[in-house]
Amino acid sequence: MSYSLTDIFGVLPELILVVTAITAILVDVASKGKDSSATMLVTAVGFIVSGIAAISGVGTIGVLMNGAVFQDGFTTAFRAIFCLIGFLTAIFSPAYLHFRNIRLGEYYPLLTMSVLGMMVMVGAANLLLFFIGLETMSISLYILVSLNRTNSKSIEAGMKYLVMGAFSSAFMLYGIALMFAVVGSINYNDITNYFLADPTLGPLTIAAVALLLTGFSFKIAVVPFQFWSVDVYEGAPATVTAFMSTGPKAAAFVVFIRVFGIALHPVASHWTLLLSWIAILTMVFGNVAALRQTNIKRMLAYSSIAHAGYLLVGIVAGNHAAFAATGYYLAAYALMNLGAFAAVIIVNQRHGTDGSYRFDALKGLGFAHPLLGISLTIFMLSLIGLPPTAGFLGKLYVFSAAIETGHIVLAVAGLLNSIIATYYYLRVIVLMYMAKPEGDTTIPRPLPYAITLIVLSVLILLIGVFPEPVISLMIAVAP
Amino acid sequence: MQIELAHYLLLSAVLFGIGVMGVLTRKNLIVIMMSIELMLNAVNLTFIALARYSANIEGQVIVFFVLCIAAAEIAVGLAILIAIWRHRGMMSIDSLKQLKW
Repeated sequence: MSYSLTDIFGVLPELILVVTAITAILVDVASKGKDSSATMLVTAVGFIVSGIAAISGVGTIGVLMNGAVFQDGFTTAFRAIFCLIGFLTAIFSPAYLHFRNIRLGEYYPLLTMSVLGMMVMVGAANLLLFFIGLETMSISLYILVSLNRTNSKSIEAGMKYLVMGAFSSAFMLYGIALMFAVVGSINYNDITNYFLADPTLGPLTIAAVALLLTGFSFKIAVVPFQFWSVDVYEGAPATVTAFMSTGPKAAAFVVFIRVFGIALHPVASHWTLLLSWIAILTMVFGNVAALRQTNIKRMLAYSSIAHAGYLLVGIVAGNHAAFAATGYYLAAYALMNLGAFAAVIIVNQRHGTDGSYRFDALKGLGFAHPLLGISLTIFMLSLIGLPPTAGFLGKLYVFSAAIETGHIVLAVAGLLNSIIATYYYLRVIVLMYMAKPEGDTTIPRPLPYAITLIVLSVLILLIGVFPEPVISLMIAVAP
Repeated sequence: MQIELAHYLLLSAVLFGIGVMGVLTRKNLIVIMMSIELMLNAVNLTFIALARYSANIEGQVIVFFVLCIAAAEIAVGLAILIAIWRHRGMMSIDSLKQLKW
């Protein structure tokens, strides 16, 4: 075993985040917990530097650390996206935390560690490193979810998340152990080679694949293991919900592509049908449940379940173009969902509506607050999947990949579900622009929210109109 | 009787099953966390047995990482449990009924 400078520079974004997290803790200690704005600043700068380090790695392809880390387009693209998500979450959190009276400096180091875990996950080239990344991310999130200690909903959400998360991790780990028993190695490449040589499935292999699939289904919250996610999304502090419905989901999906799409591809015929049914049921469940919600936070939680269903279509399709499409859709989904949550958080600070997240709070805001109205409209159109947004192209690429590989039923199911989904997304726009404002429409307008909304809506339109650079990055490197 | 790899795998499968049943059927949150620990340790046993019988040291290395992760997870879990105790005065999952779909 030997390590060179190339290895060190290859994982520079991760190293920067480690340093950032430690510095943030020290800064928080130095400020004696009175004021966390310095901690926030350190974290935001750390995310920017780490993002630049990630982007500077564009085009380098290979393996690092004696084959433990993939250095490819997926790694590069998602490192950059996670840094963006982390940065925006860090800058729009203080206003919300202040509004909710959560004054804890550890929020920012935990956010950093969670992003670090996500980066380790997407880069991992073996199951152990993936598991360590997953747990780094999850354990930080358990604390973030229950950070609002005085609120019993937050604590309850944290407990539910921890029990379900640890339970599913145990399944995942047992799957890894049985895979180790069958293959004799936990490297993705060794697993692929083993099954290429011998694509028959013994009982141990079936058990391993089933356990891994169960674990992943919990983590990406698809039917029948989706029940925890809505409760957790509702109970967690809203900024944490915005973060965890985007980054961790994207990270889990990238690993899902790497493990099931690539490593287990030689035996794909055994689980494709099952995964197709999971995809269809997830879409239908998410959309039908979202229709009857009166709470925007819960509506977005169910909508993110439905989007997990669309994303699974890309994994079922299972060729390189499909994975690139899924990668593009994941990026688009992360941006639009983060934006939608950021907008909803600020709407909910409207006078007299605190904490309820009712749809009524949106009434008549479109004309009173043009920036909020326009950006939330862009996010909703993108979530529906209408041009010229990134959400449209994401769905187009994923569904056309499904048709090309002969999964026409899945594509049709996806399209029908997108039509159902239109109803509840459009309701947001209708309420903003066509309902009469009730009472006071003043809402606080902190600068970070304006930056977040502008950056995200511009990015969604930009990669929606010029998708080429993103999609070619994903194709060149889709494993 | 010679003790083979299959015996160890069977034992850890049984332990894992007991853990799963514990999580699904028990009401006390501490017992649920103990059951999760049992599941993780059953997996550790699998790894050690595999490492021993296939002379592949990787399995033992994995166990160290899993032990660390399990400890971190349970530390956070107990902290949240104390917070729940302060709020609700009980440690049963029946106290987690505020959030419902």
